[in-house]
Parts: sequence; structure tokens; C-alpha cells
Amino acid sequence: MRGKVLQSLETNVASEVEFVTFFTGGQSFSIDIRQVREIRRWSAVTPLPHAPAEVLGVMNLRGSVIPIFDLAVRFGLDRTPDNARNVVVIAAHESQTVGLLVESVSEILSVARDRIQETPDLRSDNSRQSIIGVIPVDDGMTRIIDLGAVIQTDRRTTQ
Amino acid sequence: MTAQASIRDMFFEESEELLEALAEGLAKMNSGTHDDETVNAVFRAVHSIKGGAGAFKLTALVSFAHRFETVLDEMRGHRIPLNPANLQTLQRSADHLTDLVEDARTETDGSSAQTAGFLVALDACLGGTPEIDETTADEPFAFAALSLDLNDLSAPEEALGQGYTIRFRPHAGLYGNGHDPALLIATLADLGEIEVEVDLSRLPELSAFDPSKPSLGWTIDLATEVEETVIHDVFEFVEGLCDLEIVKRAAEVQQDEEPSLDDLIEDVTIAVPTEPLELARTSSSPAKDEAADPGSAQENRGPKPTLRVDLDRVDRLINAVGELIINQSMIAQRVQELRLATDADVVTHVEDYRLLARDIQEAVMAIRAQPVKPLFQRMSRIVREAADSTGKTARLVTQGEGCEVDKTVVERLADPLTHMIRNAVDHGLEQREGRIAAGKDPCGTIHLSAAHRSGAVIITIRDDGAGLNRRKILEIAKKKNLVSADAELSDAEIDALLFLPGFSTASTISNLSGRGVGLDVVRNAVAALGGRVSIASTPGQGTEFTISLPLTLAVLDGMVVSVAGQVMVIPITAILETIRPGPNDLHIVGTNDRLLCIRGKFIPVVDVAQGLGFVRPAGSSEPRTLLLVETENQGQCALIVDRVFDQRQVVIKGLDTNYGAVPGVSAATVLGDGQIALILDPDAIANNRVLPIADMRGAAKHEGKSLAVA
Repeated sequence: MRGKVLQSLETNVASEVEFVTFFTGGQSFSIDIRQVREIRRWSAVTPLPHAPAEVLGVMNLRGSVIPIFDLAVRFGLDRTPDNARNVVVIAAHESQTVGLLVESVSEILSVARDRIQETPDLRSDNSRQSIIGVIPVDDGMTRIIDLGAVIQTDRRTTQ
Repeated sequence: MTAQASIRDMFFEESEELLEALAEGLAKMNSGTHDDETVNAVFRAVHSIKGGAGAFKLTALVSFAHRFETVLDEMRGHRIPLNPANLQTLQRSADHLTDLVEDARTETDGSSAQTAGFLVALDACLGGTPEIDETTADEPFAFAALSLDLNDLSAPEEALGQGYTIRFRPHAGLYGNGHDPALLIATLADLGEIEVEVDLSRLPELSAFDPSKPSLGWTIDLATEVEETVIHDVFEFVEGLCDLEIVKRAAEVQQDEEPSLDDLIEDVTIAVPTEPLELARTSSSPAKDEAADPGSAQENRGPKPTLRVDLDRVDRLINAVGELIINQSMIAQRVQELRLATDADVVTHVEDYRLLARDIQEAVMAIRAQPVKPLFQRMSRIVREAADSTGKTARLVTQGEGCEVDKTVVERLADPLTHMIRNAVDHGLEQREGRIAAGKDPCGTIHLSAAHRSGAVIITIRDDGAGLNRRKILEIAKKKNLVSADAELSDAEIDALLFLPGFSTASTISNLSGRGVGLDVVRNAVAALGGRVSIASTPGQGTEFTISLPLTLAVLDGMVVSVAGQVMVIPITAILETIRPGPNDLHIVGTNDRLLCIRGKFIPVVDVAQGLGFVRPAGSSEPRTLLLVETENQGQCALIVDRVFDQRQVVIKGLDTNYGAVPGVSAATVLGDGQIALILDPDAIANNRVLPIADMRGAAKHEGKSLAVA
């Protein structure tokens, strides 16, 4: 899976790849801009029974029922504190549309493909499966998430 | 999809409609209320199927349809009588034709083995003078000549080295059906050298010109060695839509010698192919407009014009309208909060908006609605077959065929309905002798009816048989340990035993019904559609099954409740009643289990919040509202909810697309305030299938159920 996503990044004709970067749990993450549909303000969700901790519930997006994931919880960090300034990144993976709750969206990052580094070995399974690479930025780095893997967790636990 | 494949799909869609028309016509003939036109319609249906099948080289279908058609042709010419025996053959043949079409569609070969038997029966109708041999199955294309009686078939070999003179004058209907003379002529041009003359003799004055009336004719000289039947093949699909004359002429006949049709023919000889094509186009395009002309539209006696639309598009529209309704109720709510005078402009506009939105919703829902007629028609075949194999005689009387239900409901109802109809014939009706002894008509009657009743569709299946043998049912149930040996059950409770899994009353397993998968399958199928089945029986007079179904699967009538602070919806079909128990009605068993005592019966109580793993806010008092629900496997069960708000229609939104299955929840909906409310699955909650996540893994539906039973 990871190889495939990286490959899809590499086979992109353009030499530059664009990412949307955002902050949650004090860390910087980024997602391929082609997966992002829109960014919305936080609104109340309806909790789902027996859902894994990172699934906050479902939200109404113009008539579609979409699940909202707390990205911080997904990476083993503390639950994103309630804050009116939290935003939801609506992203699509294959036919699924999901929302990712984050603290703030920072910028759109355009990077040359050779600046993307493979994820170094991480101890946490969750992180290793869901982060496909890192990009060095001015004040540190941003983690590229594999959306498919992030929402896959939920599939594994509820089915 | 290739063009060929999509045309093929179109053929099968059309065949389905034609088969329906066929069944309808035969039913009319059967009831004796037919006229010549009915027979013609039946003939046309078979003929069109044959024609289409020929285009796709579906030989098995073509050869059978051809023989079938021959019999019908004789029948419409009153050369063979329309007696019950022949009618039966026709009906059986129609059934077989349906099978063959289905085989062709699925590209399987399940039914062609029986073709021979049906052919013999059809030949018998022809009174022992069967068709000439050239119509055997291995010569599929020889049939074409036989569909036209006008021409002389003698000595086709003489056609060698010869040509034909074809006089062709289209009627308005030819253009109306979308045929194009230019294409026909071009097809002829493929067969040999052709020369075309256009006949302008009937061309009116410009002032009298009526674009809907075709005024052109053509005389085509075709020098070819093909047989005459091939020429007829070209015109096969315009048969009856034009004046057509095909004259063979010897090769040595000079063209000049050919007598001109009419002195008035203008000498417009045009070389093929380009110019005549143009000419034909210019002349035919205004003629095509005749479909809009009411006078000539009468000529097309077909059904009401319909439009085939991709289901996805309809569903998208339904989705958007669902949103519109939600948006409307949000606006209405906001306006109400403003507490304006009732005659304020905005209030009246919002009210208009509400009415318009409901109108649109109804209209859109109606798009998916389909009459149950095709479904009912299929059932008459089931009755015939079931009666045949049980040695009984039975007829099906249908009512309310025009009743419309959601397309999916119609489709998913076919299996349960088939099962029930078979049951009615197999178990419901007595044997012939028994019926005579009881003073009844030896031919049993199955009534099948559909009706709309308060937002639901009621389908009833009634037989005039002996009624349920309750003593025997109870006996079997006790033997199979479905009820305790000393149970005292009311009549209705005994009847309900039929729906228990594994119950089957037939003492011998017939190939029709009684395979142990009984009415519980029917009940599950109907429940999956959000409906219910009930049963009523009068000894000696028969049994009646009633299926109550929602009109559409896109919306659902639900009870809006709150559970642990969350607003949720419970389908109204599951709810029997709401109860506020008194202090003495609830009894605790063991540590946690509670039972509700209602009318002397004890019913398990399930806390919905607990079942879903939700925690009530601390300090909130113990809720005291119970919903009595009927569940699939558990019988009755009482669900604890915090509060019941109201009853309303909600639009169903699936959770599967973006998330996945959620235990205890069947779907979701959007409330007036834009919030999402979960639609609960009372069966799952009552059956305790809502297990902690760790236990959910691999817990298949059935395991969950048996756990609940144990």
C-alpha cells in the first residue's frame, strides 16, 4: 500500500507535488492535495455506537453522512481539545469521503519530489502504517499521511 | 460498453416489455374478452422478439419464436380454433419463450432442451400439418420468407442470374418508427447493382404540403443473384409500414422494357449511393415529425410513451430532493422562531415552499414507482406450473395491478411472492376430489391483489382452500420443539408458528415447496424491505396472507426518540406500542435483566443506551418510556428510551459508503436542524447482537442470533 502511494506520487508527471499541511496534537501533518475536497469549520457530530476512539461520529455534508476522524487520536496523541477554531479537512479516498479533525490548516506546500523522504523506521505500528513519508520544512518536518491507511483502522476494528 | 452490447441490452429490455404484452394478451384470450386486435398484438409481440433475436443470431430463440408465430398467424387468420387446449399450448409456449429469452440474456442454455417438446405441441395446434421442413432449428434464417404471405415462393433457384424490381412506398408509420428509406436502399445496394427511381407522382402542391404525410415512393432495380427471401429480409422490419412489391425479372429483360409504373413518374434516375440518400433524408426528416401529430400517433397502438433513464440519475435526483426537504424544514423552523404574524409575507411564502417541496418529492418518488403488473403476470405462470405438478387445477385472479411500488420493492418481492403463491397452490388448495366433496368449484382460485392503504402497499394472497390445519401445525411445532409440549396457544399464535424457521407442514417434500425453507424466508425478505407479513385463516374457506410494504425505500416512517442525549429514529413498522410502565410492571431477574409484565405476559426489556454503549449523563433519572417492538427471532421485546418526541417521515442515508456497518444501526438520516440522527435496527438491539467491539469481530449474523437465543 505504502509503496503504491509513493509510486503514485513518483509517477506524477509534474516534478513538484502539492500538499496541504495542518497541525494537530502539536505535530505537522500533510496530505496530498488531490485527496482534499474542502475545508470546513467544525460542527457538532453524531456519535456512533461501538466506534473506535478516533472516530468522533458522523457529520452532515450537504446530505451525505461522513465520518469524522480525530487525527491526533489516530496517531496515539491526546484527543483534540474542543475549540471553535478547529477545522475539518474533507478528503476522499477511492469512493469514501471522510473528515479529519485538526487544530489548524497551515499552508499548501509545493515540494520537489526528491525532497520527500521515506519514513524512517518507527516503533508505533499505527504511525508506521499511516505515514508514507516526511518532508523537511524550515522549522522541522511534516508527515505525509496515507489516508487509506488512516481510515482503514476503523474498518479493521468494527468489522 | 460497445455499441453492439448496448443494442443487445436494449433488445432484452424490449423483449421484457414484449413478453409482458404477450402475457397480457394471452390472459385476455384466456378470459374470453379478446378481439382480433388482441390476437394481433400477441402475434406482433412474438414477431418482434423473433426479429430482434435474428439480429443477434440467437438461433434457438428465433426458431422457436418462428413456430410459435406461425401458430399465432394461423390463429389470427381464424384457420385454427382458439380452443382451451390450443390456448394452453400458447401459454406454455409463451412461458418457454420467456425462458429462452432469459437464457439468451444470461448466455446460458438451460431451457432449449425442452424446445422440441413445445414444438411438438405447437405442431399439434396446426392440426397435423406442420410447417415445411425448412423451418427446423438448424436453418434459422429460412424463416424470413414465411413471415410474408404476399409473395410466391416457388423455385428460388430461378433467381440465379436475375434481378428484381422493387416498388417501395413508405407509410407515415415507417418514419414514425424511426426507419429510414435511405438505409434500406443502401442495404439493397450491398446486395448487387442497383438503380433507384424516385416516384414524385404523389407529391402535393406546395400549398397543400403536409410534412407528416410521406409522399415519396421509390422504384428500385436490383441486379443480383441473391434469393428473393434475402430481399424480404431487408424489409422485414418495415413490413406493414409500407407498400412493398417485389417482382422478379429475368436477367435478359431490358430495363427499358420494364413497364413504367405510372405515366406520371418523373424521370429522375439517380445513381446510388450518394444522391438518393440525400434525397431520402430531406424527404424523411420532416416526415419524422409526424410523431407529434396526434392523428397519426393513433396509428401507434403501443403503450404510453416512456423514457428509459439510468437509475443513478434518478437516485441523484431523489437525493437532491431529500436535501431540499431538509433545507425547507430548516428554513421553516427558523421562520417559526422569528415569531412573525401568521399573515406575514415570509410565512406564506415559506408555506408555499413547503407545499412545492412536497409536490416535487412526491413526483420524484413516483419516478421510481412501478406498477406491480409485471410481477403479478409472472405469478400466473407460477400458478399454472404449481397446479400442473400437483395435479390440481387452479386459476389466478389478480386485482389492483396498476398499484405502484418502488422498483426495488417490486424486484425484491418476486421471490417471496413466488414462494407464497406456490404454497397457496401446494398447501392451500385441496385436491380436486376434496374440493368436490366440500361442494366447491373443482378449480381452485388464488386471489392476488395489491392496494394502497395509508402510505403503505398491501398485497394479499388468498386461496379458497381448506384453511390452516391448526391442530396439525401445533402438533408439528411441538414435535420440532418449536413450542413447549404443554403450551396453550391462541389461533393467531398457532398461525404465527408457520413463520418460525424450519417449520414446514407438508408431510412429504414436494419439489414445489416444503423444503424446510418456509415462510420464515418470506418473512425475512419482507422484513428486509421494511414490511410485515400477517396471516389469517378460516377453516374450510381458505387462508389469506397479507404483506404490508412501504411505498418507497428512500424514506421511512420513524419514531423520533432520544437515547442518552442523542436523537435517534426507530422504524415505525417495528413498533407495536409505547408503554409507560407502572411501578409494579417491571421485574428484575438476577442482577441486571428486567422483564416487563404486560397483559399477563413477561417480555424482556433492553436498554437501548446500554446496547449501543452510550452512557447517560450523570444524574439523569432512570428513563421510564418503553417501546414494545416485534422482532424477527425474539418475539416481542421492550426497548428503553429516554424520550419519545414525535413520528415523522425521514430520508434514509446509508452509512456504508463512507464508513461501514455499525452494529445496532441500520442507516442514518438528517434532521430538520441539519444534524444526523441514527436509524436504529430494533432487531439487532433486541437480539443483543450489539456486542462490545472485540466480540464483534467475526460474529456473523447467525452466530449473533444464536448467541441471543442461547
